[in-house]
Order: sequence, then C-alpha cells, then structure tokens
Amino acid sequence: MRVGLVVPCYIDVFYPEVGIAALELLERLGVEVDYPFDQTCCGQPMANSGCEADSRATEEHFIGLFSRFEYIVIPSGSCTHHVRNKFIAAPPGPERDQVSKHVYDLIEFLHDVLKVNEFPWSEFPHKVALHNSCSAVRGLHMASMSERVHDPYFNKPKALLEKVKGIELVDFPRHDECCGFGGTFSATEEAVSARMGYDKLGFIQRSQPEYIVSSDMSCLMHLQGCGRRLGTEVKFRHIAQLLNGDHA
Amino acid sequence: MSVHPVVDQASNAARFLADRSREEYFDTLMWSLREARDRSASEVPEWEQLRDLGSAIKEHTLSHLADYLEQFEASAKRNGVEVHWAHDAHEHNQIVAEILSRHGAKQLIKSKSMLTEECDMRRYLENRGVTVTETDLGERIQQLDDEPPAHIVGPAWQKSPEDVARVFAKAYGSDPNNAAPVYLAHEMRVHTRALIEKADAGMTGANFAVAETGTVVTATNEGNADLSGNVPRLRICSVGIEKIVPTHRDLAVFIRLLSRSAVGMPITQYTSHFRAPRRDGEMHIILVDNGRSERLGMEKFWQSLKCIRCGACMNTCPVYRRSGGLSYGSTYMGPIGIIMMPTFDIRRFSELPFSSTLNGSCSNVCPVKINIHEQIYAWREVMDEKHQIKLAKKSAMVAAGEVLSHPELYRIVTAAGETTLKRLPRFAIYNDFNAWGKHRETPLPAGQTFHEWYKANRRKA
Repeated sequence: MRVGLVVPCYIDVFYPEVGIAALELLERLGVEVDYPFDQTCCGQPMANSGCEADSRATEEHFIGLFSRFEYIVIPSGSCTHHVRNKFIAAPPGPERDQVSKHVYDLIEFLHDVLKVNEFPWSEFPHKVALHNSCSAVRGLHMASMSERVHDPYFNKPKALLEKVKGIELVDFPRHDECCGFGGTFSATEEAVSARMGYDKLGFIQRSQPEYIVSSDMSCLMHLQGCGRRLGTEVKFRHIAQLLNGDHA
Repeated sequence: MSVHPVVDQASNAARFLADRSREEYFDTLMWSLREARDRSASEVPEWEQLRDLGSAIKEHTLSHLADYLEQFEASAKRNGVEVHWAHDAHEHNQIVAEILSRHGAKQLIKSKSMLTEECDMRRYLENRGVTVTETDLGERIQQLDDEPPAHIVGPAWQKSPEDVARVFAKAYGSDPNNAAPVYLAHEMRVHTRALIEKADAGMTGANFAVAETGTVVTATNEGNADLSGNVPRLRICSVGIEKIVPTHRDLAVFIRLLSRSAVGMPITQYTSHFRAPRRDGEMHIILVDNGRSERLGMEKFWQSLKCIRCGACMNTCPVYRRSGGLSYGSTYMGPIGIIMMPTFDIRRFSELPFSSTLNGSCSNVCPVKINIHEQIYAWREVMDEKHQIKLAKKSAMVAAGEVLSHPELYRIVTAAGETTLKRLPRFAIYNDFNAWGKHRETPLPAGQTFHEWYKANRRKA
C-alpha cells in the first residue's frame, strides 16, 4: 500500500516532530510512505478567508503532486476537510476529484482503512484529555456530534487512544465546543478567539489532565499559546506522537 | 451605496468581553438554553425526522411562494381582513402610519416583532406623533434602555436582573436595588397594563401565516400578543412573506420544533391564532417583502428564508455567546444574522461572515436544517468577489497564494534559522503576530523544519 503523506505548513515549521511521528507510525504499520518533496499547503488559509481565487494556484500545485496516490494521508482534520469537501478553487476534473475522494485524516486512515487493532509499541501512563477539532467532528464525522442527540455514540480518535497502554482518558464539560482557533479568525477576531481558548482550557482543566491531545495541531497551537500566557502546566501532544510510542 | 459605516463586530465583541462577569453571565445563560434544547430534542424520538420534515415543508412553500401568498390573501379577505403588500421597509411603515392616521390613532401597543425592528418602524411612527409601547417584557426593557434587541427570542437576555432593576428605576421610579424577577415583572405589569387599556391600536408580528385559512399565528410566553391583538379595536399584523405555511397540518410540525429549539420547552404558554377582526373592529395584515424575493433568487442563500426565528443557532454559537448580540450591529444577529444581513446591505455587513470559526454547530441545531455555516463560508467568497475584504487581509492572501504555489519560495520563507520570528503564520493564519500575541504566546519555531529533517534523514540520493 502506497500513501502520499501531506505535512501541513504549520506542522512543517512549528511541530516537525508531529510530521516525523506520522511518517514513522505509518511505516511501522507496514505502509510505504511517499513524501512529495515539493509540497507546500492545501490552500485552506486563503480559501477560508474568502479568497478562493488566491488559493487556486496552490490547490492546483497540490493536485499535481498528489493525484497519483491511491491514499493521501494528512495528520490534520482541518486540511483533510478542506481537500475533501471544499476543494473547489481549481477547475473541476478527474484529477481534482481523485484527490478529494482519496484524502484521509490520519485517524480515519488508521481506524477505517487499516483498521488497526493495536499499537504494541505505545505506552503513555498519563492523564490525557482528548480535544477533537470541529473539522474532525462536524466536517469529517470522526465522532458523534453533541447536537445530534439521537445518533449512536462513536469517537474514532478516542477508540484509537484507548489502545495505548497505561493511558487514562478524562472527560470534561462542553467537550465538542469549538476551541476558538478558526484559522484567520484567530487573528481577525483575536479577543473572542482567545476567550474561547481560555474557556476551553478552563473546562478541560477541571479534570486535571497532564496532557491535552488532539488530531489537529492547529487547535493545539492556539490552546498552547493560551496556556503559556496563563502560565498553566498542561502539555500538548498530537495523537500521532502517542500512537507512535512517545512516552511523555 | 450604503450610508452606514461597516460594522466592526470584532471590536464590538472585544468591548463586550472587557467586562468578564457580564460575558460569563451571558455565555452561561445561553449555554443553558443549548442544554435545554438538547434535553428537549432527546425526548422526541423522531426529532431528526421532524427537522427533515420542517425543512421540506419550508422548501416546498418557498418554491411555490407566489401561489401560497395569493391563497393566504384570498383566505384572509374572506375572513374580513384587509391585506396590504409592502415592497420594502419604507412602504411598510407608510402603510402602518396611514392606517393609524385614518383612525386618528396616537397610542399603539405592540408585541415583539423582529420585522418591525427590521423596518425601524418605531422611530418612523414616533416622528409622526405616535406613541409606541412594547408589551413584551424583554422588548420593553430594551425600549426603555434605548437599545435594540440583543437576541431575537429574548431581546434583553444580555441584561442581568440587576441591570433591569436599574432601567426600571429610571423609567418607573421603582426600587433600583430590588432585582427579584417577580418584583420586576410586577412593575412591568403595573406600568404597561394602563397603556394597553387606553391604546388606540394593537400590533403583532407573526411566527407563522397559514395559507389555507388566512390565520396569523404567534407563539409567546407572556400573553402580550393576545393583549396587543385583542384589546384595541384596530389590529395590525406585520408578516414577512417567508412566514407562510400551507396548512394547519404543516403548522403542527413547526410548533413542535419551535420552542423546543428555542428554549427547550415543548410548547410556549400561548400559541395564538388570529383569523378575523373582532366584531366592532378592523384587522389589517401587511405582507412585507423587504429584500426577501431578491434573496429567494440567490442560489446559495435562499435557504436562509426557511428560518423560523428560534434563535437556537445563537445559543449554541461560541462566538455569539462571547460577543453579545449587540456586537453584530444588526436586527438579526449570531449565525443566522451573518447570513441574512448582507442581503440588506452588503457593505455595512461585509465583516460579519468573518465573525465565525465555521465550527458547524449552528447547522446541527437548526430545526429547519439551514446549512448556516456553509452559507457563512460562501458569503466570504462573495465578499472577495465584490471587493469587500479589507486591503490588509486581501494583500496578505494574495501574497500567501503566491508563496504557497511556488515551492522554492515557500522553502525560503520557512527555512529554519532564516529569521528569528517565523514569517509562516503571516500566511498560514493571516497572522499578524501583534493580534495573536495580545492574549496568547506565539508558537516557537523548531530548530529544523520537517522538510529539512526529511531531506537530511530520508531523502534518497
């Protein structure tokens, strides 16, 4: 099985260890991973700001690099959501469709495609709060949504984390309320964005976890910024790091 | 061309947030309504089918709107009601003023109507010597405090009981230190009853207008719509043309959805059906367009006309709860306001579509399944096409598009050690580290990018 790995721009620059963990994890699971060397970004920052025309060249570049893969894997719900559901800046055609239909968030790929049952190398003997991004929950349906009160409960990232030895997962109020990152929103509406981040941290910290873990590093970048400003001790990890065997 | 300045929701929200206790009070109150909605929905096993049905009825009605409007008009006329058609807010206000002046009516009582807010009717009439008294408690509080509604269901929910005590003390001379809800409600009753009894005319809005019978339906908890509609001999109902439902069978679906979505109650205290004038009186219905037909023709945005004004999207919206309703500077606020207001004035409300994280919770609670967050996204594109995006942001996006489509340029700006403060977030999140850093620490650049690591460790020669 051959996979094209996308390393989102903010992971590339600020959290390279997350890209490395995703790559190593896929390889441990027997997947042949290709990292197209000329990749840049999926185009979401421009498109989310309304500037669809300005994301066109970037999306075309992405399609050119990734349309040859049977599976495109991104360790990010928001980028995956963009490529799958909002990838309309480039002209329509079979290559664009190919990319949108074959893109997976890392969690989906592990849970739904590889159907991984165990991560024998993993161990994380800590109290962990799992934050699922809105793109992951309401965009990609990686977990049941709190508003849909009659839907059966499921939570793919949690199902995977439960396979990590020693982990203690804790619950917290308003578990799928937005953390306030929102891409460009974090800068254009910084006061509300930060308030939402502080509130999210406040709710999570009622359960006193040592770590906040998510499959979306962009939410964590925002929450980490809030946490450091507030002087909180809690640490942040991408889910790929835990599944790949990081112990702390 | 708009004469109004662009509403700066972000700055308005920052001012609201400056008072932490007020923001916390509002967020907690609104979230409790979201929780009540969840509990209420969970008690109805067929809840999702009801939403589908509500949506389908609205879509059917809107796509046959002209026919149903004519049917409604014919039914209402048969009931002895005079029906008027208003193209816009100004025409609506003129019609009301004309009806009132025909009867020499100077004292008007009205129940809450977002449509008359939309038409800025109170000011229009007061400039013509008519005294308008709001009879809905929340709306009256806002009127006395000279503020527009902060929420479409509870106009004064942004005020604490202590705030209300202060407003009433000023207006009615009541005890400013007594914030007991029963006391305040009593003060309201004492001062408003007298005005209701001597009013020359009464006015209501409409939650629904039933085409088969010509009935106007209001859902309230205070019974004030019944007083406004029944006490004076002259009754006027203002109805937005999207409020039409074909039959009473259809109405039943929306009655089940409305107050459960709004406040988590199975039904409101009063669901009042106004069909004909009282024997010694007159009843007028004004059907108001005010931009609705134009919106009906907008491929991406016509579905917002399905809205039944429950406010559930506001209660769940994490941005609304932390911004306050007044921050939107508009008649309709929160998620539904964001997608409606630009149809009234695209320049004035050009920033509203950016006051959202696109989290999608609003679409999930909407009882008629409006794709609210997708429309917010689509409005952003319209703002770009119509050149309504601020120059600084637009330039950042043009530059980002340039860098991100050229790998060699991208590597230059992201190379580790290239700069002390990474330039990447400028295009990744249009960041302005100044804005980011006001309440957050900036992320620390790694010693080596993933790309550099891969090149050093994995790239085959």
